[in-house]
Amino acid sequence: MFTAIVTEPIRPEAVLKSLASPEDGACLLFLGVVRNHNEGKAVSGLEYEAYEGMAERTLSDIAAETSHRFGTDRIMVLHRIGALRIGEVSTAIAVATPHREEAYRASRYVIEELKQRLPVWKREQYEGGESRWVGSQLASDGPRAHEDPELHGPQAQAEGAEAGDPPIDDGDGTE
Amino acid sequence: MQIQVLFFASYRELLGTGAMSVPLADGATVSGLVAELRARGGSFASLPAFPVVAVNEEYSPDDRVLVEGDVVAFIPPVAGG
Repeated sequence: MFTAIVTEPIRPEAVLKSLASPEDGACLLFLGVVRNHNEGKAVSGLEYEAYEGMAERTLSDIAAETSHRFGTDRIMVLHRIGALRIGEVSTAIAVATPHREEAYRASRYVIEELKQRLPVWKREQYEGGESRWVGSQLASDGPRAHEDPELHGPQAQAEGAEAGDPPIDDGDGTE
Repeated sequence: MQIQVLFFASYRELLGTGAMSVPLADGATVSGLVAELRARGGSFASLPAFPVVAVNEEYSPDDRVLVEGDVVAFIPPVAGG
């Protein structure tokens, strides 16, 4: 297993190289890619920030859980931070398993857990110069916090979130 | 005791700082730290009353008792992937 927070561009072919063992019949690569729109706004780029120590640890934990659940240690997870342009890879998840079913399930597990738990934040830059932190609940960050109180209002954290279960950003800029 | 406090992303920009040391009475909890910071007023008052926090890089409940040397990070809604 290998996991890391990286600042250099992710090269998918390098992620896959030498991942699979001879017993594996399936090798699956998922890439999260910066897209040019989110919630109706034209996005020109993203900036990711991480709590690096905790993020490295969280990725490692998720990989270990994935290994335990799906029976493979051929797992690689990379998340890039810093400024990314449209089309660049923010996340790479590679898994290899004897059969395809476990590969798909393991890959899905990693991305869903990562989105809930990884202490990484994303600032979207919009065409025209404006920018904001995705999912921020601070009033000073703009109108989003008021758009969907079920998910993003202060009550969501006060009532819904347990420790270890931070609110989920569903307005992702990737995938 | 002194507690090291970290702020990221929107919280860091709100407060204009990413790290600070906060003196607290022995036995203080995460909730006590949050209350102490919010009571400072100004932009600190805009911190959520019940933020997600990590103590020493692990998500922690707000009734966790802090000890000297703990590092408490305020975690805004995460958006990785």
